Amino acid sequence: MGSFNEVLAAFDLPVVFPEINSLQTAVRKSAHELLGKAEDYGYSPDICGYVKADVAVQLDRGNHPTGRIPKPGIAVLTNACNTYIKWAEFWERLHGIPVVTIDVPGPRGPGPASRSELENDRRYLEGQIRELISACEAVTGKRFDIDRLRETMGHANVLSSAWKRVIELNRSRPAVFNALTDGTVFLGVANGFRGTAAGAQYFQRLVEELEHKAANGIGTTEDERYRLVFVGVPCYPIFRRFNEMFSEHSGVYVNSTYLWFASGGANRGFEYELARPIESLAEGVLLNVRSAMESMFYQDLMLEQMLENYAVDAIVYHPIKSCRTVSTGLADARGALGGRRDVPSLFIESDMMDRRVVSEAQMKNRIDAFFDGLASRRMRARSSEGRTVQ
Amino acid sequence: MTHAAGVDVGSTQTKAVIVNEEGEIVARALIDTGANVVQAAENAFRQAVAAGGLTEGDVGDVIGTGYGRYRVTFGSEQITEISCHGRGAVKMFPATRTVLDMGGQDTKAIRVYSSGDIQDFSMNDKCAAGTGRFLGAASAALDIPLDQLGTVALEYHRPVKISTTCTVFAESEVLSWLGKGKKVEDILWGVHQSIAVRSAALLRRVGIEEEVTFTGGVSRNPAMVQAMEERIRVPLNVSEDSHYMGALGAALFALERIQSGHRARAPEEAVS
Repeated sequence: MGSFNEVLAAFDLPVVFPEINSLQTAVRKSAHELLGKAEDYGYSPDICGYVKADVAVQLDRGNHPTGRIPKPGIAVLTNACNTYIKWAEFWERLHGIPVVTIDVPGPRGPGPASRSELENDRRYLEGQIRELISACEAVTGKRFDIDRLRETMGHANVLSSAWKRVIELNRSRPAVFNALTDGTVFLGVANGFRGTAAGAQYFQRLVEELEHKAANGIGTTEDERYRLVFVGVPCYPIFRRFNEMFSEHSGVYVNSTYLWFASGGANRGFEYELARPIESLAEGVLLNVRSAMESMFYQDLMLEQMLENYAVDAIVYHPIKSCRTVSTGLADARGALGGRRDVPSLFIESDMMDRRVVSEAQMKNRIDAFFDGLASRRMRARSSEGRTVQ
Repeated sequence: MTHAAGVDVGSTQTKAVIVNEEGEIVARALIDTGANVVQAAENAFRQAVAAGGLTEGDVGDVIGTGYGRYRVTFGSEQITEISCHGRGAVKMFPATRTVLDMGGQDTKAIRVYSSGDIQDFSMNDKCAAGTGRFLGAASAALDIPLDQLGTVALEYHRPVKISTTCTVFAESEVLSWLGKGKKVEDILWGVHQSIAVRSAALLRRVGIEEEVTFTGGVSRNPAMVQAMEERIRVPLNVSEDSHYMGALGAALFALERIQSGHRARAPEEAVS
């Protein structure tokens, strides 16, 4: 997400993120009405909830709980999610707008790519960015200004390096923000305001605030007993309550794979070379989107690297019914990491949009039992340390 | 002598157990949960107190467990049935390392340490297939009381394969086999095997380490015990009190609280 804001902002195009609009309907408790409308229209209950909520909003002339979403002038997407492609076809048919689909080559397997593979992919992407620029010129009637692109990419550089720093600052004990709740709010700003002066300024101030908290030992909670990592997409229908079920046991989310892949890999902190903007933009998008895909498909390797850095006590895997892209393979990832490292984990399934498959009572039962286990594990570790000392 | 109690408010039945200072069961009670969960918890507790020839003042602490644990309003703490079944199973069978708990609407596979503390667990998710409810559907379709299903099933000769994993569709599949002339016992054994397949998958997720103890209401069904043992090829520990394992675990946690100096129940917390 947010990967091409730099180009769109250079044409002063206001950007709407359908995924963010959709999740807002779940947080505001109106998603179920929209999902029902899309299903009445013919969409299956198994299809992505973001798509269905957006379809219902679009069919209702853009009426959204937060206001009316204007008719789009152009749709820009990548193949980072396979559903985007069908989603854009819907907009194309409904609104008769041009669609630019950027094909970002993903990783062919775990581990780093060869230099020649990356350079081939980068050039492939650069060609597509030039096509996107032409499409923007056609839609806006404006000539492309490369200095304006440098300006928006400069703002994106500030935001990216700050985003990386924000996530790193949660190595502090106690954690300076909750990666599931606060982090998701930061993520929305990172995507929606990427390439803008406002976005850059927000993140500069955020880093200042969090550095102050880290330096002074000010945690996001006063009672941090268990440091957790979240894997997957949040449960938006009960967004606050979901977190409370962990915070009631003094569990704090210190990191989340969502902050990696849903920022389009901006967590890497890649900074563009402004002397060669289009070439560098292609390189940055390629590396970031590859990283975002690895965050979804090979997250066990990335999680393993952070267990010590973030002093992680446990990992919570949250597969969701209506997005198999991020959920398929989570059980295998859990098994793979669990086979290499002795780290407790919880596996709970619900959904990011559809409250029909969110069972709070069942979730709470599992979460309570999970913390029973963590408490007994900690007690065992302490008594074993006591025996060693004696 | 100080006693401790555990009340396990399940989806179908509520169980109460009272233990003495040694953690031995001195009284138990079992009632249908019904619609009034608070009342069910209170009634089960009162019945257990009466069955033990005790007064409520003899019970130093009560802990609630099960889905209705937060409705055990007279208890001092709530602990999940997952933890309680682990603790209860190890008390009953000290070499237990894996617990299979099959209840009215969920089935749990639990790995435990020698202390009875949880190592890992896995449960059925938003679906009652592979739980006691599946047997309930078969019982309704065949008009055989639930407590006789196992005995009838063990008379099988040529078992049928139940293909549905959905409790809602189980009844219609059972009826369709009857329509094809299959014998009741052959159909019922197929139902038990179907549940065993799903439960074995849950057990494999946490890893099957011997000894394996079978708890929950369904553990009283001999055909279910046999189907599970054949499926996982490991003998199961089953106690006469397997049904009370969650309540026993809760009572043991309550006893620990008393013995570690935690505040006992205040008089106003008593039921009456």
